[in-house]
Amino acid sequence: MADTPILLREQQYHQIKAVLARLRMDASAKVVFLVDKDGQEIASQGEVGNLDTTSLASLAAGNVAATGGMAQLIGEKEFPTLSHEGEKESIHISVVGRLLLVVVFDERSSLGLVKLRSKQVSHQLAKMFEEITSGDYDDLDSPFAGITDEDIDSLFS
Amino acid sequence: MTFINYASREINCKIVYYGPGLCGKTTNLQYIFDSTAPQARGKLISLATETDRTLFFDFMPLELGTVRGFKTRFHLYTVPGQVFYDASRKLILKGVDGVVFVADSQEERMDANIESLYNLEENLQSQGYDLMKIPYVLQLNKRDLGNIVPAEDLAAELQKKGEPVIEAVASTGAGVFDTLKAVAKQVLTELRKG
Repeated sequence: MADTPILLREQQYHQIKAVLARLRMDASAKVVFLVDKDGQEIASQGEVGNLDTTSLASLAAGNVAATGGMAQLIGEKEFPTLSHEGEKESIHISVVGRLLLVVVFDERSSLGLVKLRSKQVSHQLAKMFEEITSGDYDDLDSPFAGITDEDIDSLFS
Repeated sequence: MTFINYASREINCKIVYYGPGLCGKTTNLQYIFDSTAPQARGKLISLATETDRTLFFDFMPLELGTVRGFKTRFHLYTVPGQVFYDASRKLILKGVDGVVFVADSQEERMDANIESLYNLEENLQSQGYDLMKIPYVLQLNKRDLGNIVPAEDLAAELQKKGEPVIEAVASTGAGVFDTLKAVAKQVLTELRKG
Protein backbone atom coordinates (compact mmCIF):
# COMPACT_ATOMS: atom_id res chain seq x y z
CA MET A 1 0.00 0.00 0.00
CA ALA A 2 1.27 3.49 -0.75
CA ASP A 3 0.08 5.19 2.43
CA THR A 4 -0.18 4.13 6.01
CA PRO A 5 -3.42 4.95 7.84
CA ILE A 6 -3.65 8.26 9.68
CA LEU A 7 -4.25 7.64 13.37
CA LEU A 8 -5.40 10.67 15.31
CA ARG A 9 -5.26 10.66 19.11
CA GLU A 10 -7.93 12.45 21.09
CA GLN A 11 -5.42 14.99 22.42
CA GLN A 12 -4.04 15.71 18.93
CA TYR A 13 -7.56 16.14 17.61
CA HIS A 14 -8.33 18.72 20.28
CA GLN A 15 -5.03 20.53 19.62
CA ILE A 16 -5.92 20.81 15.93
CA LYS A 17 -9.42 21.99 16.80
CA ALA A 18 -7.93 24.69 19.03
CA VAL A 19 -5.68 25.96 16.23
CA LEU A 20 -8.63 26.00 13.83
CA ALA A 21 -10.78 27.83 16.38
CA ARG A 22 -8.17 30.54 16.76
CA LEU A 23 -7.75 30.86 13.01
CA ARG A 24 -11.48 31.13 12.61
CA MET A 25 -11.61 33.96 15.12
CA ASP A 26 -8.53 35.79 13.81
CA ALA A 27 -9.74 35.53 10.20
CA SER A 28 -13.38 36.38 11.06
CA ALA A 29 -14.30 33.24 9.12
CA LYS A 30 -17.51 31.24 9.18
CA VAL A 31 -16.01 27.78 9.04
CA VAL A 32 -12.48 26.47 9.02
CA PHE A 33 -11.61 22.89 8.35
CA LEU A 34 -8.66 20.68 7.79
CA VAL A 35 -8.78 18.03 5.09
CA ASP A 36 -6.36 15.36 4.00
CA LYS A 37 -5.31 15.66 0.33
CA ASP A 38 -7.25 12.45 -0.34
CA GLY A 39 -10.48 14.13 0.72
CA GLN A 40 -10.86 12.93 4.31
CA GLU A 41 -12.08 15.58 6.70
CA ILE A 42 -9.83 15.68 9.75
CA ALA A 43 -11.40 18.43 11.86
CA SER A 44 -13.67 21.42 11.48
CA GLN A 45 -14.52 24.47 13.51
CA GLY A 46 -17.20 27.13 13.23
CA GLU A 47 -20.75 27.62 12.03
CA VAL A 48 -20.99 24.18 10.46
CA GLY A 49 -24.77 23.98 10.87
CA ASN A 50 -26.22 22.19 7.85
CA LEU A 51 -23.03 22.51 5.84
CA ASP A 52 -22.12 19.14 4.33
CA THR A 53 -18.47 19.20 5.35
CA THR A 54 -17.85 15.63 4.16
CA SER A 55 -18.81 16.51 0.59
CA LEU A 56 -17.02 19.84 0.82
CA ALA A 57 -13.85 18.06 1.96
CA SER A 58 -14.02 15.64 -0.94
CA LEU A 59 -14.64 18.42 -3.46
CA ALA A 60 -11.89 20.62 -2.01
CA ALA A 61 -9.45 17.74 -2.41
CA GLY A 62 -10.68 17.14 -5.97
CA ASN A 63 -10.29 20.82 -6.70
CA VAL A 64 -6.72 20.94 -5.40
CA ALA A 65 -5.86 17.69 -7.20
CA ALA A 66 -7.21 19.03 -10.50
CA THR A 67 -5.46 22.39 -10.26
CA GLY A 68 -2.31 20.58 -9.09
CA GLY A 69 -2.47 18.51 -12.26
CA MET A 70 -2.78 21.70 -14.30
CA ALA A 71 0.17 23.22 -12.42
CA GLN A 72 2.37 20.28 -13.33
CA LEU A 73 1.38 20.55 -16.99
CA ILE A 74 2.73 24.10 -17.08
CA GLY A 75 5.87 23.21 -15.15
CA GLU A 76 4.81 24.25 -11.62
CA LYS A 77 4.98 21.87 -8.65
CA GLU A 78 1.54 22.88 -7.42
CA PHE A 79 -0.61 25.93 -6.76
CA PRO A 80 -0.25 26.41 -3.01
CA THR A 81 -3.42 28.45 -2.57
CA LEU A 82 -6.81 28.54 -4.27
CA SER A 83 -9.53 31.12 -3.80
CA HIS A 84 -13.13 31.06 -4.97
CA GLU A 85 -15.05 34.26 -4.46
CA GLY A 86 -18.82 34.24 -4.58
CA GLU A 87 -21.35 37.03 -4.21
CA LYS A 88 -21.65 36.48 -0.47
CA GLU A 89 -19.67 33.40 0.48
CA SER A 90 -16.11 32.61 -0.47
CA ILE A 91 -13.64 29.80 0.03
CA HIS A 92 -9.89 29.94 0.46
CA ILE A 93 -7.83 26.75 0.35
CA SER A 94 -4.16 26.51 1.24
CA VAL A 95 -2.03 23.44 0.71
CA VAL A 96 -0.08 22.58 3.87
CA GLY A 97 2.03 19.52 3.00
CA ARG A 98 -0.38 16.60 2.93
CA LEU A 99 -3.19 18.74 4.26
CA LEU A 100 -5.60 21.32 2.95
CA LEU A 101 -6.66 24.19 5.14
CA VAL A 102 -10.09 25.30 3.98
CA VAL A 103 -11.59 28.60 5.15
CA VAL A 104 -15.17 29.57 4.35
CA PHE A 105 -15.87 33.27 4.88
CA ASP A 106 -18.36 35.99 3.99
CA GLU A 107 -18.46 39.79 3.88
CA ARG A 108 -17.45 39.98 7.56
CA SER A 109 -13.93 39.12 6.42
CA SER A 110 -11.73 39.63 3.37
CA LEU A 111 -9.55 37.47 1.18
CA GLY A 112 -6.42 39.34 2.29
CA LEU A 113 -7.11 38.73 5.96
CA VAL A 114 -7.95 35.06 5.40
CA LYS A 115 -4.77 34.54 3.35
CA LEU A 116 -2.63 36.21 5.99
CA ARG A 117 -4.09 34.31 8.93
CA SER A 118 -4.03 30.98 7.05
CA LYS A 119 -0.37 31.44 6.29
CA GLN A 120 0.36 32.23 9.91
CA VAL A 121 -0.98 28.91 11.18
CA SER A 122 0.26 26.77 8.27
CA HIS A 123 3.65 26.01 9.83
CA GLN A 124 2.08 25.08 13.13
CA LEU A 125 -0.39 22.72 11.48
CA ALA A 126 2.31 21.17 9.29
CA LYS A 127 4.43 20.51 12.37
CA MET A 128 1.52 19.03 14.29
CA PHE A 129 0.66 16.76 11.41
CA GLU A 130 4.23 15.62 11.00
CA GLU A 131 4.16 14.51 14.63
CA ILE A 132 0.89 12.72 13.99
CA THR A 133 2.18 10.77 11.00
CA SER A 134 5.59 9.97 12.46
CA GLY A 135 4.35 9.11 15.96
CA ASP A 136 4.42 5.78 17.70
CA TYR A 137 0.96 4.32 18.12
CA ASP A 138 1.76 0.99 19.70
CA ASP A 139 -0.08 2.00 22.85
CA LEU A 140 -3.34 2.61 21.00
CA ASP A 141 -5.78 -0.28 20.84
CA SER A 142 -6.58 -0.78 17.20
CA PRO A 143 -10.33 -1.05 16.76
CA PHE A 144 -9.53 -3.94 14.45
CA ALA A 145 -7.31 -5.95 16.73
CA GLY A 146 -9.16 -9.13 17.56
CA ILE A 147 -12.06 -8.29 15.28
CA THR A 148 -13.72 -11.44 13.98
CA ASP A 149 -15.20 -12.29 10.59
CA GLU A 150 -18.59 -12.25 12.33
CA ASP A 151 -17.98 -8.64 13.47
CA ILE A 152 -17.30 -7.67 9.85
CA ASP A 153 -20.29 -9.63 8.57
CA SER A 154 -22.55 -7.96 11.12
CA LEU A 155 -21.91 -4.61 9.44
CA PHE A 156 -23.77 -5.86 6.40
CA SER A 157 -26.67 -7.63 8.03
CA MET B 1 -6.01 5.99 2.82
CA THR B 2 -7.70 4.92 6.01
CA PHE B 3 -8.21 7.62 8.62
CA ILE B 4 -8.91 6.55 12.20
CA ASN B 5 -10.00 9.32 14.55
CA TYR B 6 -9.83 8.21 18.19
CA ALA B 7 -11.55 11.40 19.38
CA SER B 8 -14.68 11.15 17.26
CA ARG B 9 -14.30 7.34 17.14
CA GLU B 10 -14.58 7.15 13.37
CA ILE B 11 -12.90 5.07 10.69
CA ASN B 12 -12.95 6.38 7.11
CA CYS B 13 -11.95 4.31 4.09
CA LYS B 14 -11.92 5.06 0.37
CA ILE B 15 -13.30 2.73 -2.29
CA VAL B 16 -13.05 3.51 -6.00
CA TYR B 17 -15.28 2.07 -8.74
CA TYR B 18 -13.23 1.74 -11.93
CA GLY B 19 -14.10 0.51 -15.43
CA PRO B 20 -14.67 1.51 -19.05
CA GLY B 21 -17.08 4.23 -20.15
CA LEU B 22 -20.77 3.42 -19.68
CA CYS B 23 -20.08 0.18 -17.75
CA GLY B 24 -22.34 1.24 -14.86
CA LYS B 25 -20.05 2.71 -12.18
CA THR B 26 -22.31 5.66 -11.48
CA THR B 27 -25.35 3.35 -11.64
CA ASN B 28 -23.81 1.26 -8.83
CA LEU B 29 -23.48 4.36 -6.65
CA GLN B 30 -26.91 5.62 -7.61
CA TYR B 31 -28.48 2.31 -6.57
CA ILE B 32 -26.63 2.31 -3.24
CA PHE B 33 -27.75 5.90 -2.68
CA ASP B 34 -31.38 5.17 -3.55
CA SER B 35 -31.63 2.09 -1.36
CA THR B 36 -29.81 3.32 1.75
CA ALA B 37 -31.50 5.11 4.64
CA PRO B 38 -30.75 8.87 4.52
CA GLN B 39 -29.16 8.80 7.98
CA ALA B 40 -26.61 6.23 6.78
CA ARG B 41 -25.36 8.18 3.80
CA GLY B 42 -24.45 11.67 2.71
CA LYS B 43 -25.20 13.39 -0.56
CA LEU B 44 -24.36 11.79 -3.88
CA ILE B 45 -22.13 14.34 -5.55
CA SER B 46 -21.87 13.90 -9.32
CA LEU B 47 -19.46 16.00 -11.32
CA ALA B 48 -20.94 15.16 -14.69
CA THR B 49 -21.30 16.68 -18.14
CA GLU B 50 -24.62 17.99 -19.45
CA THR B 51 -25.23 14.57 -20.94
CA ASP B 52 -24.71 12.87 -17.57
CA ARG B 53 -21.33 11.39 -18.40
CA THR B 54 -18.98 11.50 -15.41
CA LEU B 55 -16.57 14.39 -15.90
CA PHE B 56 -14.43 14.13 -12.78
CA PHE B 57 -15.95 11.82 -10.17
CA ASP B 58 -19.05 10.78 -8.25
CA PHE B 59 -18.77 10.72 -4.50
CA MET B 60 -20.92 9.37 -1.71
CA PRO B 61 -20.11 8.77 1.96
CA LEU B 62 -21.78 5.67 3.39
CA GLU B 63 -21.91 4.67 7.03
CA LEU B 64 -21.99 0.94 7.51
CA GLY B 65 -22.30 0.66 11.27
CA THR B 66 -20.09 0.31 14.30
CA VAL B 67 -17.04 -1.88 14.85
CA ARG B 68 -15.82 -1.98 18.45
CA GLY B 69 -17.39 1.41 19.13
CA PHE B 70 -15.94 3.01 15.98
CA LYS B 71 -18.28 4.31 13.28
CA THR B 72 -17.22 2.76 9.99
CA ARG B 73 -17.63 5.08 7.04
CA PHE B 74 -16.79 4.28 3.43
CA HIS B 75 -16.19 7.04 0.91
CA LEU B 76 -17.32 5.69 -2.44
CA TYR B 77 -15.89 7.26 -5.60
CA THR B 78 -16.27 6.53 -9.29
CA VAL B 79 -13.82 7.57 -11.98
CA PRO B 80 -14.73 8.95 -15.42
CA GLY B 81 -14.56 5.95 -17.74
CA GLN B 82 -13.91 7.68 -21.03
CA VAL B 83 -10.36 7.11 -22.25
CA PHE B 84 -9.37 10.79 -22.49
CA TYR B 85 -10.05 11.50 -18.80
CA ASP B 86 -6.99 9.55 -17.69
CA ALA B 87 -5.44 12.42 -15.71
CA SER B 88 -8.60 12.58 -13.56
CA ARG B 89 -8.62 8.82 -13.00
CA LYS B 90 -5.07 8.94 -11.65
CA LEU B 91 -5.99 11.68 -9.18
CA ILE B 92 -9.00 9.83 -7.85
CA LEU B 93 -6.96 6.71 -7.10
CA LYS B 94 -4.85 8.66 -4.60
CA GLY B 95 -5.34 7.26 -1.11
CA VAL B 96 -7.53 4.38 -2.26
CA ASP B 97 -8.18 1.49 0.14
CA GLY B 98 -10.13 -0.80 -2.18
CA VAL B 99 -11.09 -1.01 -5.86
CA VAL B 100 -14.13 -2.41 -7.66
CA PHE B 101 -13.62 -3.05 -11.36
CA VAL B 102 -16.98 -2.85 -13.12
CA ALA B 103 -16.78 -4.81 -16.36
CA ASP B 104 -19.35 -4.37 -19.12
CA SER B 105 -20.52 -7.89 -20.09
CA GLN B 106 -21.49 -6.99 -23.67
CA GLU B 107 -19.41 -8.72 -26.35
CA GLU B 108 -18.55 -5.46 -28.10
CA ARG B 109 -17.14 -3.98 -24.86
CA MET B 110 -14.60 -6.74 -24.25
CA ASP B 111 -11.71 -4.73 -25.66
CA ALA B 112 -12.76 -1.70 -23.63
CA ASN B 113 -12.76 -3.84 -20.45
CA ILE B 114 -9.27 -5.13 -21.15
CA GLU B 115 -7.97 -1.67 -21.95
CA SER B 116 -9.51 -0.18 -18.81
CA LEU B 117 -8.16 -2.96 -16.59
CA TYR B 118 -4.69 -2.42 -17.99
CA ASN B 119 -5.14 1.31 -17.39
CA LEU B 120 -6.16 0.58 -13.76
CA GLU B 121 -3.01 -1.43 -13.16
CA GLU B 122 -0.86 1.31 -14.65
CA ASN B 123 -2.54 4.12 -12.75
CA LEU B 124 -2.42 2.24 -9.47
CA GLN B 125 1.26 1.68 -10.04
CA SER B 126 1.82 5.38 -10.69
CA GLN B 127 0.30 6.07 -7.26
CA GLY B 128 2.48 3.47 -5.59
CA TYR B 129 -0.08 0.65 -5.37
CA ASP B 130 -0.03 -2.89 -6.67
CA LEU B 131 -3.30 -4.32 -7.96
CA MET B 132 -2.15 -7.75 -6.80
CA LYS B 133 -2.00 -6.52 -3.18
CA ILE B 134 -4.88 -4.09 -2.88
CA PRO B 135 -8.43 -5.15 -1.82
CA TYR B 136 -10.14 -5.76 -5.13
CA VAL B 137 -13.41 -7.09 -6.58
CA LEU B 138 -14.44 -7.81 -10.18
CA GLN B 139 -18.07 -7.06 -11.00
CA LEU B 140 -19.54 -8.41 -14.23
CA ASN B 141 -22.28 -5.90 -14.93
CA LYS B 142 -25.21 -5.82 -17.38
CA ARG B 143 -25.91 -9.55 -17.07
CA ASP B 144 -29.50 -8.89 -18.18
CA LEU B 145 -28.57 -7.92 -21.74
CA GLY B 146 -28.81 -10.30 -24.72
CA ASN B 147 -25.38 -9.99 -26.33
CA ILE B 148 -23.23 -10.86 -23.35
CA VAL B 149 -20.07 -12.91 -22.95
CA PRO B 150 -20.58 -15.97 -20.69
CA ALA B 151 -19.52 -15.14 -17.10
CA GLU B 152 -16.82 -17.85 -17.08
CA ASP B 153 -15.23 -16.49 -20.25
CA LEU B 154 -15.29 -12.92 -18.91
CA ALA B 155 -13.78 -14.02 -15.62
CA ALA B 156 -11.14 -16.06 -17.43
CA GLU B 157 -10.15 -12.95 -19.36
CA LEU B 158 -10.38 -10.33 -16.61
CA GLN B 159 -9.80 -12.02 -13.24
CA LYS B 160 -6.36 -11.06 -11.96
CA LYS B 161 -5.70 -12.83 -8.70
CA GLY B 162 -8.60 -14.95 -7.52
CA GLU B 163 -10.58 -11.90 -6.45
CA PRO B 164 -14.34 -12.26 -5.87
CA VAL B 165 -16.26 -12.16 -9.16
CA ILE B 166 -19.81 -10.90 -8.83
CA GLU B 167 -22.46 -10.91 -11.54
CA ALA B 168 -24.62 -7.82 -11.46
CA VAL B 169 -27.34 -5.77 -13.05
CA ALA B 170 -26.61 -2.40 -11.47
CA SER B 171 -29.74 -0.77 -12.92
CA THR B 172 -31.95 -3.15 -10.87
CA GLY B 173 -29.52 -3.48 -7.99
CA ALA B 174 -28.71 -7.16 -8.50
CA GLY B 175 -25.21 -7.81 -7.16
CA VAL B 176 -24.59 -4.17 -6.19
CA PHE B 177 -24.51 -4.66 -2.43
CA ASP B 178 -22.76 -8.03 -2.78
CA THR B 179 -19.98 -6.20 -4.61
CA LEU B 180 -19.76 -3.46 -1.99
CA LYS B 181 -19.77 -6.02 0.79
CA ALA B 182 -17.03 -8.06 -0.86
CA VAL B 183 -14.67 -5.11 -1.23
CA ALA B 184 -15.49 -3.56 2.16
CA LYS B 185 -14.83 -6.89 3.85
CA GLN B 186 -11.42 -7.10 2.23
CA VAL B 187 -10.58 -3.53 3.28
CA LEU B 188 -11.52 -4.24 6.90
CA THR B 189 -9.64 -7.55 6.86
CA GLU B 190 -6.60 -5.69 5.53
CA LEU B 191 -6.89 -3.20 8.40
CA ARG B 192 -7.07 -6.04 10.88
CA LYS B 193 -3.72 -7.28 9.58
CA GLY B 194 -2.37 -3.81 10.46
